[in-house]
Amino acid sequence: MDKRTTEAEAVAELRDGMTIGFGGWGSRRKPMSIVREILRSPLRDLTVVSYGGPDVGLLCKFGKVKRLVYGFVSLDSIPLEPHFRRARQEGSIPEVRELDEGMLQWGLYAAAIRLPFLPTRAGLGTDVMEINPELKLVTSPYEDGESLVAMPALELDVAFIHQNRADMHGNGQYLGPDFYFDDLYCMAAKKRFMTCEKIIDTKDFLSEGSLHTLRINRTMVDGVIEAPGGAHFTECPGDYGRDEKFQSEYAATAKDDEAWEAFRAEYLDLPEADYQKKVAAR
Amino acid sequence: MSDVTRAEVCTVAVAEAFRGAGEILVSCFGTTPAVGARLARLTFEPDILMTDGICSLLGNVDPVSGEKGEPVIEGWVPFRSIFDLLWGGRRHVMMIASQIDRYGNQNFACIGEHAKPKAQLLGMRGAPGNTLSHRTSYWIPNHSPGVFVEKVDVVSGVGYDRAAQLGPQTAKHHDIHRVISNLGVFDFETPDHRMRLASVHPGVSVEEVVEKTGFELAIGDAVAETRLPSPEELQLIREAIDPKGFINKEVRS
Repeated sequence: MDKRTTEAEAVAELRDGMTIGFGGWGSRRKPMSIVREILRSPLRDLTVVSYGGPDVGLLCKFGKVKRLVYGFVSLDSIPLEPHFRRARQEGSIPEVRELDEGMLQWGLYAAAIRLPFLPTRAGLGTDVMEINPELKLVTSPYEDGESLVAMPALELDVAFIHQNRADMHGNGQYLGPDFYFDDLYCMAAKKRFMTCEKIIDTKDFLSEGSLHTLRINRTMVDGVIEAPGGAHFTECPGDYGRDEKFQSEYAATAKDDEAWEAFRAEYLDLPEADYQKKVAAR
Repeated sequence: MSDVTRAEVCTVAVAEAFRGAGEILVSCFGTTPAVGARLARLTFEPDILMTDGICSLLGNVDPVSGEKGEPVIEGWVPFRSIFDLLWGGRRHVMMIASQIDRYGNQNFACIGEHAKPKAQLLGMRGAPGNTLSHRTSYWIPNHSPGVFVEKVDVVSGVGYDRAAQLGPQTAKHHDIHRVISNLGVFDFETPDHRMRLASVHPGVSVEEVVEKTGFELAIGDAVAETRLPSPEELQLIREAIDPKGFINKEVRS
Protein backbone atom coordinates (compact mmCIF):
# COMPACT_ATOMS: atom_id res chain seq x y z
CA MET A 1 0.00 0.00 0.00
CA ASP A 2 1.26 3.47 -0.82
CA LYS A 3 0.84 5.48 2.41
CA ARG A 4 2.67 8.60 1.29
CA THR A 5 1.05 11.84 2.36
CA THR A 6 1.99 15.35 3.50
CA GLU A 7 2.20 17.27 6.76
CA ALA A 8 -0.79 19.38 5.70
CA GLU A 9 -2.96 16.32 5.01
CA ALA A 10 -1.94 14.67 8.27
CA VAL A 11 -2.61 17.76 10.38
CA ALA A 12 -5.93 18.28 8.56
CA GLU A 13 -7.10 15.08 10.25
CA LEU A 14 -6.62 16.56 13.72
CA ARG A 15 -9.52 18.07 15.63
CA ASP A 16 -9.69 20.44 18.58
CA GLY A 17 -9.46 18.58 21.87
CA MET A 18 -7.69 15.50 20.50
CA THR A 19 -4.98 13.60 22.38
CA ILE A 20 -1.75 13.66 20.41
CA GLY A 21 1.57 11.93 21.11
CA PHE A 22 4.97 12.95 19.79
CA GLY A 23 7.85 10.46 19.56
CA GLY A 24 11.52 11.23 20.11
CA TRP A 25 13.01 12.37 23.40
CA GLY A 26 13.81 15.91 24.56
CA SER A 27 15.59 17.60 21.69
CA ARG A 28 16.19 14.35 19.83
CA ARG A 29 14.51 13.14 16.64
CA LYS A 30 11.28 15.06 17.15
CA PRO A 31 8.72 15.30 14.32
CA MET A 32 9.23 19.06 14.14
CA SER A 33 7.84 19.61 10.64
CA ILE A 34 4.52 18.32 12.00
CA VAL A 35 4.80 20.54 15.07
CA ARG A 36 5.39 23.55 12.80
CA GLU A 37 2.35 22.57 10.72
CA ILE A 38 0.21 22.43 13.87
CA LEU A 39 1.51 25.86 14.92
CA ARG A 40 0.24 27.28 11.62
CA SER A 41 -3.18 25.64 12.08
CA PRO A 42 -6.16 26.93 14.09
CA LEU A 43 -6.12 23.77 16.26
CA ARG A 44 -6.57 24.24 20.00
CA ASP A 45 -7.31 22.50 23.31
CA LEU A 46 -4.99 19.61 22.53
CA THR A 47 -3.90 17.01 25.04
CA VAL A 48 -0.21 16.50 24.33
CA VAL A 49 1.69 13.38 25.46
CA SER A 50 5.47 13.58 25.16
CA TYR A 51 8.94 13.03 26.52
CA GLY A 52 9.01 16.71 25.83
CA GLY A 53 11.38 18.93 23.97
CA PRO A 54 10.73 21.92 21.69
CA ASP A 55 7.53 20.20 20.52
CA VAL A 56 6.04 20.92 23.93
CA GLY A 57 7.71 24.33 24.32
CA LEU A 58 6.36 25.57 21.00
CA LEU A 59 2.87 24.12 21.34
CA CYS A 60 2.57 25.72 24.80
CA LYS A 61 3.92 29.03 23.50
CA PHE A 62 1.26 29.03 20.77
CA GLY A 63 -1.48 28.23 23.28
CA LYS A 64 -2.37 24.92 21.64
CA VAL A 65 -2.23 22.82 24.79
CA LYS A 66 -5.10 22.26 27.17
CA ARG A 67 -3.60 19.29 28.96
CA LEU A 68 0.04 18.28 29.05
CA VAL A 69 1.02 14.70 29.97
CA TYR A 70 4.79 14.42 30.25
CA GLY A 71 7.83 12.90 31.90
CA PHE A 72 9.96 16.02 31.44
CA VAL A 73 10.46 18.89 28.99
CA SER A 74 14.12 19.42 28.10
CA LEU A 75 16.37 20.61 25.29
CA ASP A 76 19.13 18.25 26.51
CA SER A 77 22.04 20.68 26.12
CA ILE A 78 19.72 23.16 27.88
CA PRO A 79 18.33 21.02 30.71
CA LEU A 80 14.96 22.81 31.00
CA GLU A 81 12.93 23.90 27.96
CA PRO A 82 12.78 27.68 28.48
CA HIS A 83 9.38 28.29 26.84
CA PHE A 84 7.92 25.46 28.90
CA ARG A 85 9.52 26.98 32.02
CA ARG A 86 7.88 30.29 31.28
CA ALA A 87 4.49 28.72 30.57
CA ARG A 88 4.68 26.82 33.86
CA GLN A 89 5.70 29.87 35.87
CA GLU A 90 2.95 31.91 34.26
CA GLY A 91 0.48 29.11 34.95
CA SER A 92 -0.66 29.19 31.34
CA ILE A 93 -0.98 25.41 30.80
CA PRO A 94 -4.52 24.66 32.01
CA GLU A 95 -4.00 21.03 33.05
CA VAL A 96 -0.56 19.76 34.00
CA ARG A 97 -0.15 15.99 34.36
CA GLU A 98 3.49 15.44 35.23
CA LEU A 99 4.55 11.81 35.59
CA ASP A 100 7.68 9.89 36.46
CA GLU A 101 9.47 9.10 33.18
CA GLY A 102 8.87 5.38 33.59
CA MET A 103 5.16 5.88 34.28
CA LEU A 104 4.76 7.58 30.91
CA GLN A 105 6.29 4.58 29.18
CA TRP A 106 4.00 2.31 31.19
CA GLY A 107 0.90 4.26 30.12
CA LEU A 108 1.90 4.11 26.47
CA TYR A 109 2.74 0.41 26.76
CA ALA A 110 -0.61 -0.37 28.41
CA ALA A 111 -2.41 1.39 25.55
CA ALA A 112 -0.18 -0.35 23.00
CA ILE A 113 -1.07 -3.83 24.27
CA ARG A 114 -4.69 -2.87 25.00
CA LEU A 115 -4.64 -3.21 28.78
CA PRO A 116 -6.53 -0.77 31.01
CA PHE A 117 -3.45 -0.17 33.17
CA LEU A 118 -0.09 -1.54 34.21
CA PRO A 119 1.05 -1.67 37.84
CA THR A 120 4.11 0.14 39.13
CA ARG A 121 5.60 1.47 42.35
CA ALA A 122 6.78 4.65 40.66
CA GLY A 123 4.89 7.69 41.90
CA LEU A 124 3.97 6.31 45.32
CA GLY A 125 5.07 8.51 48.19
CA THR A 126 5.69 11.51 45.91
CA ASP A 127 3.65 14.48 44.76
CA VAL A 128 3.05 12.69 41.45
CA MET A 129 -0.01 11.28 43.22
CA GLU A 130 -1.32 14.79 44.06
CA ILE A 131 -0.50 16.23 40.65
CA ASN A 132 -2.41 13.39 38.97
CA PRO A 133 -5.63 13.04 40.98
CA GLU A 134 -6.98 10.52 38.45
CA LEU A 135 -4.37 7.93 39.46
CA LYS A 136 -5.78 4.99 41.36
CA LEU A 137 -4.14 2.16 43.27
CA VAL A 138 -4.47 -1.56 42.70
CA THR A 139 -3.77 -4.34 45.19
CA SER A 140 -1.76 -7.36 44.14
CA PRO A 141 -4.08 -10.42 44.28
CA TYR A 142 -1.15 -12.59 45.34
CA GLU A 143 0.29 -13.23 48.78
CA ASP A 144 2.35 -10.07 48.87
CA GLY A 145 -0.84 -7.96 48.78
CA GLU A 146 1.20 -4.99 47.67
CA SER A 147 -0.52 -1.74 46.84
CA LEU A 148 0.65 -0.35 43.51
CA VAL A 149 -0.16 2.50 41.16
CA ALA A 150 -2.44 1.38 38.34
CA MET A 151 -0.93 3.51 35.60
CA PRO A 152 -3.81 3.97 33.15
CA ALA A 153 -3.39 3.35 29.44
CA LEU A 154 -2.50 6.58 27.63
CA GLU A 155 -4.63 6.11 24.55
CA LEU A 156 -3.76 8.53 21.79
CA ASP A 157 -5.97 9.76 18.98
CA VAL A 158 -2.96 10.46 16.81
CA ALA A 159 0.78 9.74 17.08
CA PHE A 160 3.59 11.42 15.17
CA ILE A 161 7.13 10.06 14.97
CA HIS A 162 10.21 10.92 12.90
CA GLN A 163 12.57 8.29 11.47
CA ASN A 164 15.71 8.47 9.34
CA ARG A 165 14.42 6.21 6.57
CA ALA A 166 11.05 4.78 5.63
CA ASP A 167 9.43 3.07 2.69
CA MET A 168 6.11 4.15 1.25
CA HIS A 169 4.38 1.22 2.95
CA GLY A 170 5.06 2.49 6.47
CA ASN A 171 8.16 0.58 7.52
CA GLY A 172 10.56 2.84 9.39
CA GLN A 173 14.25 2.81 10.24
CA TYR A 174 16.24 4.77 12.83
CA LEU A 175 19.97 5.23 12.24
CA GLY A 176 20.93 6.83 15.55
CA PRO A 177 21.79 5.09 18.82
CA ASP A 178 18.28 4.97 20.37
CA PHE A 179 14.79 4.16 19.12
CA TYR A 180 13.24 5.88 22.20
CA PHE A 181 9.55 4.97 22.58
CA ASP A 182 8.44 5.63 19.02
CA ASP A 183 6.96 2.16 18.50
CA LEU A 184 4.86 2.54 21.65
CA TYR A 185 3.50 5.92 20.57
CA CYS A 186 2.39 4.38 17.29
CA MET A 187 0.89 1.31 18.92
CA ALA A 188 -0.97 3.46 21.47
CA ALA A 189 -2.65 5.58 18.78
CA LYS A 190 -5.70 5.21 16.56
CA LYS A 191 -4.02 7.10 13.71
CA ARG A 192 -0.25 7.09 13.13
CA PHE A 193 1.96 9.32 10.98
CA MET A 194 5.68 8.88 10.39
CA THR A 195 7.83 11.62 8.94
CA CYS A 196 11.26 10.61 7.67
CA GLU A 197 14.40 12.13 6.22
CA LYS A 198 14.11 10.02 3.09
CA ILE A 199 11.72 7.52 1.55
CA ILE A 200 13.62 4.60 0.06
CA ASP A 201 12.84 1.29 -1.64
CA THR A 202 12.11 -1.50 0.82
CA LYS A 203 15.00 -3.52 -0.57
CA ASP A 204 17.47 -0.78 0.37
CA PHE A 205 16.85 -0.76 4.15
CA LEU A 206 19.63 -3.19 4.97
CA SER A 207 22.20 -1.21 3.03
CA GLU A 208 21.37 1.74 5.32
CA GLY A 209 21.54 -0.08 8.67
CA SER A 210 21.34 -3.45 10.41
CA LEU A 211 18.19 -5.52 10.80
CA HIS A 212 17.86 -4.15 14.36
CA THR A 213 17.32 -0.61 13.12
CA LEU A 214 13.94 -1.61 11.61
CA ARG A 215 11.94 -0.89 14.73
CA ILE A 216 8.79 0.45 13.06
CA ASN A 217 6.79 -1.97 10.92
CA ARG A 218 3.88 -1.07 8.68
CA THR A 219 1.19 -2.30 11.11
CA MET A 220 2.16 0.72 13.18
CA VAL A 221 1.81 3.42 10.53
CA ASP A 222 -1.03 4.92 8.47
CA GLY A 223 0.78 7.75 6.75
CA VAL A 224 4.38 8.32 5.61
CA ILE A 225 5.72 11.80 4.97
CA GLU A 226 9.08 12.55 3.41
CA ALA A 227 10.44 15.49 5.39
CA PRO A 228 14.15 16.16 4.87
CA GLY A 229 15.32 18.23 7.84
CA GLY A 230 11.98 17.41 9.44
CA ALA A 231 13.50 16.98 12.91
CA HIS A 232 15.41 20.28 12.78
CA PHE A 233 16.53 21.83 15.13
CA THR A 234 16.49 18.66 17.20
CA GLU A 235 19.08 16.03 16.40
CA CYS A 236 18.54 13.22 13.92
CA PRO A 237 21.71 11.18 14.33
CA GLY A 238 22.70 9.26 11.25
CA ASP A 239 21.68 12.31 9.21
CA TYR A 240 22.47 15.38 11.30
CA GLY A 241 23.25 16.56 14.80
CA ARG A 242 21.32 19.07 16.84
CA ASP A 243 21.52 22.64 15.51
CA GLU A 244 22.82 24.03 18.80
CA LYS A 245 23.18 27.55 17.49
CA PHE A 246 19.58 27.62 16.28
CA GLN A 247 18.41 26.03 19.51
CA SER A 248 20.23 28.68 21.58
CA GLU A 249 18.53 31.43 19.57
CA TYR A 250 15.18 29.74 20.08
CA ALA A 251 15.84 29.36 23.80
CA ALA A 252 16.86 33.00 24.20
CA THR A 253 13.50 34.17 22.82
CA ALA A 254 11.77 32.90 25.97
CA LYS A 255 13.18 35.89 27.85
CA ASP A 256 12.59 38.53 25.22
CA ASP A 257 9.15 39.06 23.66
CA GLU A 258 10.53 41.22 20.87
CA ALA A 259 13.09 38.55 19.97
CA TRP A 260 10.31 35.98 20.07
CA GLU A 261 8.14 37.93 17.63
CA ALA A 262 11.12 38.30 15.29
CA PHE A 263 11.95 34.58 15.57
CA ARG A 264 8.36 33.63 14.93
CA ALA A 265 8.09 35.87 11.87
CA GLU A 266 11.42 34.67 10.53
CA TYR A 267 10.95 30.93 11.01
CA LEU A 268 7.46 29.88 12.02
CA ASP A 269 4.89 31.99 10.16
CA LEU A 270 5.87 30.44 6.85
CA PRO A 271 5.55 27.13 5.01
CA GLU A 272 7.90 24.25 5.85
CA ALA A 273 9.76 24.52 2.53
CA ASP A 274 10.59 28.16 3.29
CA TYR A 275 11.67 27.24 6.82
CA GLN A 276 14.09 24.68 5.39
CA LYS A 277 15.42 27.24 2.88
CA LYS A 278 16.06 29.75 5.67
CA VAL A 279 17.81 27.14 7.77
CA ALA A 280 19.97 26.09 4.83
CA ALA A 281 20.93 29.73 4.17
CA ARG A 282 22.09 30.35 7.74
CA MET B 1 48.72 17.31 51.30
CA SER B 2 47.85 20.87 52.27
CA ASP B 3 47.12 21.64 48.63
CA VAL B 4 44.16 19.21 48.47
CA THR B 5 41.07 21.13 47.34
CA ARG B 6 37.62 20.87 48.88
CA ALA B 7 36.36 19.51 45.57
CA GLU B 8 38.88 16.70 45.73
CA VAL B 9 37.72 15.79 49.24
CA CYS B 10 34.12 15.75 47.92
CA THR B 11 35.22 13.56 45.02
CA VAL B 12 36.64 10.96 47.38
CA ALA B 13 33.48 11.15 49.52
CA VAL B 14 31.45 10.41 46.37
CA ALA B 15 33.70 7.48 45.51
CA GLU B 16 33.26 6.15 49.06
CA ALA B 17 29.47 6.26 48.60
CA PHE B 18 29.93 3.70 45.81
CA ARG B 19 32.12 1.37 47.89
CA GLY B 20 30.64 -2.10 47.83
CA ALA B 21 28.51 -1.36 44.76
CA GLY B 22 29.79 -4.37 42.84
CA GLU B 23 28.45 -5.02 39.36
CA ILE B 24 25.73 -2.40 39.01
CA LEU B 25 25.12 0.68 36.89
CA VAL B 26 26.23 3.92 38.51
CA SER B 27 24.54 7.08 37.19
CA CYS B 28 25.66 10.52 38.26
CA PHE B 29 24.46 14.09 37.91
CA GLY B 30 26.92 16.91 38.51
CA THR B 31 30.64 17.15 37.84
CA THR B 32 32.01 15.99 41.17
CA PRO B 33 29.85 12.83 41.23
CA ALA B 34 30.99 12.05 37.68
CA VAL B 35 34.62 12.28 38.76
CA GLY B 36 34.02 10.44 42.04
CA ALA B 37 32.30 7.48 40.37
CA ARG B 38 35.17 7.15 37.91
CA LEU B 39 37.62 7.28 40.79
CA ALA B 40 35.77 4.43 42.52
CA ARG B 41 35.85 2.39 39.32
CA LEU B 42 39.58 2.97 38.82
CA THR B 43 40.39 1.98 42.40
CA PHE B 44 38.24 -0.14 44.72
CA GLU B 45 35.09 -0.76 42.62
CA PRO B 46 36.37 -1.96 39.24
CA ASP B 47 33.15 -3.81 38.34
CA ILE B 48 30.72 -0.88 38.26
CA LEU B 49 29.11 -0.03 34.93
CA MET B 50 28.83 3.47 33.50
CA THR B 51 27.31 4.92 30.36
CA ASP B 52 28.66 7.55 27.98
CA GLY B 53 25.69 9.73 28.92
CA ILE B 54 23.80 8.62 25.83
CA CYS B 55 23.19 4.91 25.49
CA SER B 56 26.49 3.06 25.35
CA LEU B 57 28.03 1.25 28.30
CA LEU B 58 31.71 2.14 28.42
CA GLY B 59 34.27 -0.60 28.93
CA ASN B 60 36.88 2.03 29.66
CA VAL B 61 36.82 5.01 32.02
CA ASP B 62 36.50 8.20 30.02
CA PRO B 63 37.84 11.43 31.50
CA VAL B 64 35.42 14.15 32.59
CA SER B 65 37.69 16.88 31.22
CA GLY B 66 40.50 16.78 28.69
CA GLU B 67 41.06 14.43 25.75
CA LYS B 68 38.45 11.66 25.58
CA GLY B 69 40.25 9.21 23.30
CA GLU B 70 38.54 6.25 21.60
CA PRO B 71 35.70 4.81 23.72
CA VAL B 72 35.54 1.08 24.40
CA ILE B 73 31.88 0.13 24.14
CA GLU B 74 30.82 -2.90 26.17
CA GLY B 75 27.06 -2.65 25.80
CA TRP B 76 23.97 -0.87 24.53
CA VAL B 77 21.41 0.63 26.90
CA PRO B 78 18.78 2.66 25.06
CA PHE B 79 16.26 4.37 27.35
CA ARG B 80 13.99 1.34 27.11
CA SER B 81 16.73 -0.83 28.67
CA ILE B 82 17.63 1.81 31.25
CA PHE B 83 14.04 1.90 32.50
CA ASP B 84 14.01 -1.89 32.81
CA LEU B 85 17.38 -1.89 34.51
CA LEU B 86 16.46 0.74 37.06
CA TRP B 87 13.14 -0.85 38.01
CA GLY B 88 15.09 -4.12 38.20
CA GLY B 89 17.28 -2.46 40.80
CA ARG B 90 20.85 -2.99 39.58
CA ARG B 91 21.70 0.67 39.87
CA HIS B 92 22.89 3.36 42.26
CA VAL B 93 22.01 6.88 41.18
CA MET B 94 23.45 10.07 42.59
CA MET B 95 20.99 12.87 41.87
CA ILE B 96 21.01 16.56 42.71
CA ALA B 97 18.62 17.92 45.32
CA SER B 98 17.41 21.50 45.03
CA GLN B 99 15.73 20.91 48.38
CA ILE B 100 16.08 18.02 50.83
CA ASP B 101 14.54 17.48 54.25
CA ARG B 102 15.63 15.55 57.34
CA TYR B 103 14.16 12.27 56.07
CA GLY B 104 15.71 12.58 52.64
CA ASN B 105 12.61 13.69 50.77
CA GLN B 106 14.04 15.38 47.70
CA ASN B 107 12.79 18.08 45.39
CA PHE B 108 14.29 19.04 42.07
CA ALA B 109 10.90 19.49 40.37
CA CYS B 110 9.98 23.09 41.15
CA ILE B 111 10.02 25.77 43.82
CA GLY B 112 6.65 26.93 45.11
CA GLU B 113 3.35 25.25 44.34
CA HIS B 114 3.35 22.72 41.54
CA ALA B 115 0.22 24.24 40.02
CA LYS B 116 2.02 27.54 39.42
CA PRO B 117 5.64 27.32 40.51
CA LYS B 118 7.78 30.33 41.39
CA ALA B 119 10.60 28.51 39.66
CA GLN B 120 10.18 25.51 37.40
CA LEU B 121 13.20 23.24 37.88
CA LEU B 122 13.94 19.91 36.19
CA GLY B 123 10.61 18.32 37.07
CA MET B 124 10.01 14.86 38.50
CA ARG B 125 12.15 13.12 35.87
CA GLY B 126 12.90 9.59 37.10
CA ALA B 127 13.19 10.42 40.81
CA PRO B 128 9.89 8.80 41.96
CA GLY B 129 10.76 5.45 40.36
CA ASN B 130 14.46 5.63 41.20
CA THR B 131 13.93 6.15 44.90
CA LEU B 132 11.58 3.16 45.25
CA SER B 133 13.67 0.89 43.01
CA HIS B 134 17.32 1.11 43.96
CA ARG B 135 19.94 2.82 46.08
CA THR B 136 19.93 6.59 45.72
CA SER B 137 22.35 9.25 46.95
CA TYR B 138 22.31 13.01 46.60
CA TRP B 139 24.93 15.58 45.68
CA ILE B 140 24.55 19.14 46.91
CA PRO B 141 27.35 21.42 45.74
CA ASN B 142 26.03 24.44 47.65
CA HIS B 143 25.07 23.59 51.21
CA SER B 144 22.62 26.19 52.53
CA PRO B 145 19.46 26.48 54.65
CA GLY B 146 17.56 27.02 51.39
CA VAL B 147 18.55 23.53 50.24
CA PHE B 148 18.50 21.66 53.55
CA VAL B 149 14.95 22.62 54.45
CA GLU B 150 12.36 21.78 57.06
CA LYS B 151 9.86 20.88 54.33
CA VAL B 152 10.41 20.48 50.60
CA ASP B 153 7.95 22.34 48.36
CA VAL B 154 7.31 19.29 46.16
CA VAL B 155 8.37 15.69 46.76
CA SER B 156 10.05 14.18 43.71
CA GLY B 157 12.27 11.64 45.52
CA VAL B 158 10.84 9.57 48.38
CA GLY B 159 12.36 10.02 51.84
CA TYR B 160 12.35 7.61 54.78
CA ASP B 161 9.22 8.88 56.55
CA ARG B 162 7.13 8.60 53.40
CA ALA B 163 8.69 5.22 52.57
CA ALA B 164 7.69 3.99 56.04
CA GLN B 165 4.10 5.09 55.38
CA LEU B 166 4.09 3.06 52.17
CA GLY B 167 4.82 -0.10 54.14
CA PRO B 168 7.51 -2.75 53.92
CA GLN B 169 6.35 -4.27 50.61
CA THR B 170 6.40 -1.08 48.59
CA ALA B 171 9.46 0.33 50.33
CA LYS B 172 11.55 -2.84 50.25
CA HIS B 173 14.00 -1.40 47.71
CA HIS B 174 13.99 2.14 49.11
CA ASP B 175 17.52 3.01 50.21
CA ILE B 176 18.75 6.58 50.53
CA HIS B 177 22.41 5.98 51.13
CA ARG B 178 24.37 9.23 51.42
CA VAL B 179 23.97 12.93 51.00
CA ILE B 180 27.24 14.61 50.09
CA SER B 181 27.57 18.37 50.17
CA ASN B 182 30.44 20.77 49.86
CA LEU B 183 30.56 20.83 53.67
CA GLY B 184 30.17 17.23 54.74
CA VAL B 185 28.81 13.72 54.36
CA PHE B 186 25.40 12.74 55.72
CA ASP B 187 23.61 9.43 56.18
CA PHE B 188 20.38 8.17 57.74
CA GLU B 189 21.84 5.72 60.25
CA THR B 190 19.59 6.77 63.11
CA PRO B 191 16.72 4.84 64.72
CA ASP B 192 14.04 6.75 62.80
CA HIS B 193 16.18 7.47 59.71
CA ARG B 194 16.67 11.15 60.36
CA MET B 195 19.61 12.66 58.56
CA ARG B 196 22.85 12.41 60.51
CA LEU B 197 26.05 14.31 60.07
CA ALA B 198 28.49 11.50 59.31
CA SER B 199 31.60 13.60 58.71
CA VAL B 200 32.67 17.16 58.09
CA HIS B 201 35.16 17.95 55.37
CA PRO B 202 38.58 19.12 56.62
CA GLY B 203 38.41 22.84 57.40
CA VAL B 204 34.64 22.78 58.08
CA SER B 205 33.29 22.99 61.63
CA VAL B 206 30.21 21.21 62.94
CA GLU B 207 28.87 24.66 63.85
CA GLU B 208 29.10 25.82 60.25
CA VAL B 209 27.15 22.77 59.06
CA VAL B 210 24.48 23.32 61.71
CA GLU B 211 24.22 27.00 60.83
CA LYS B 212 23.75 26.24 57.15
CA THR B 213 21.19 23.46 57.65
CA GLY B 214 17.53 24.44 57.90
CA PHE B 215 16.52 21.53 60.13
CA GLU B 216 17.95 19.79 63.16
CA LEU B 217 20.54 17.21 62.20
CA ALA B 218 21.36 14.16 64.25
CA ILE B 219 24.91 14.72 65.47
CA GLY B 220 26.96 12.20 67.45
CA ASP B 221 29.34 13.06 70.28
CA ALA B 222 32.37 12.91 68.05
CA VAL B 223 31.94 13.81 64.40
CA ALA B 224 34.58 12.35 62.12
CA GLU B 225 36.47 14.25 59.47
CA THR B 226 35.99 13.18 55.84
CA ARG B 227 39.12 11.40 54.73
CA LEU B 228 41.64 13.01 52.42
CA PRO B 229 42.47 11.52 49.03
CA SER B 230 45.45 9.17 48.95
CA PRO B 231 48.40 10.21 46.76
CA GLU B 232 47.28 7.61 44.19
CA GLU B 233 43.72 8.98 44.20
CA LEU B 234 44.95 12.55 43.83
CA GLN B 235 47.04 11.55 40.87
CA LEU B 236 44.08 9.80 39.23
CA ILE B 237 41.80 12.79 39.77
CA ARG B 238 44.32 15.37 38.56
CA GLU B 239 45.95 13.48 35.71
CA ALA B 240 43.54 10.84 34.44
CA ILE B 241 39.95 11.84 35.22
CA ASP B 242 39.76 15.61 35.49
CA PRO B 243 43.00 17.15 34.20
CA LYS B 244 41.34 20.52 33.67
CA GLY B 245 40.03 20.62 37.23
CA PHE B 246 36.33 21.10 36.40
CA ILE B 247 35.43 19.93 39.92
CA ASN B 248 37.15 23.00 41.35
CA LYS B 249 34.71 25.19 39.43
CA GLU B 250 31.75 23.31 40.92
CA VAL B 251 33.10 23.42 44.49
CA ARG B 252 35.34 26.34 45.48
CA SER B 253 37.89 25.74 48.20
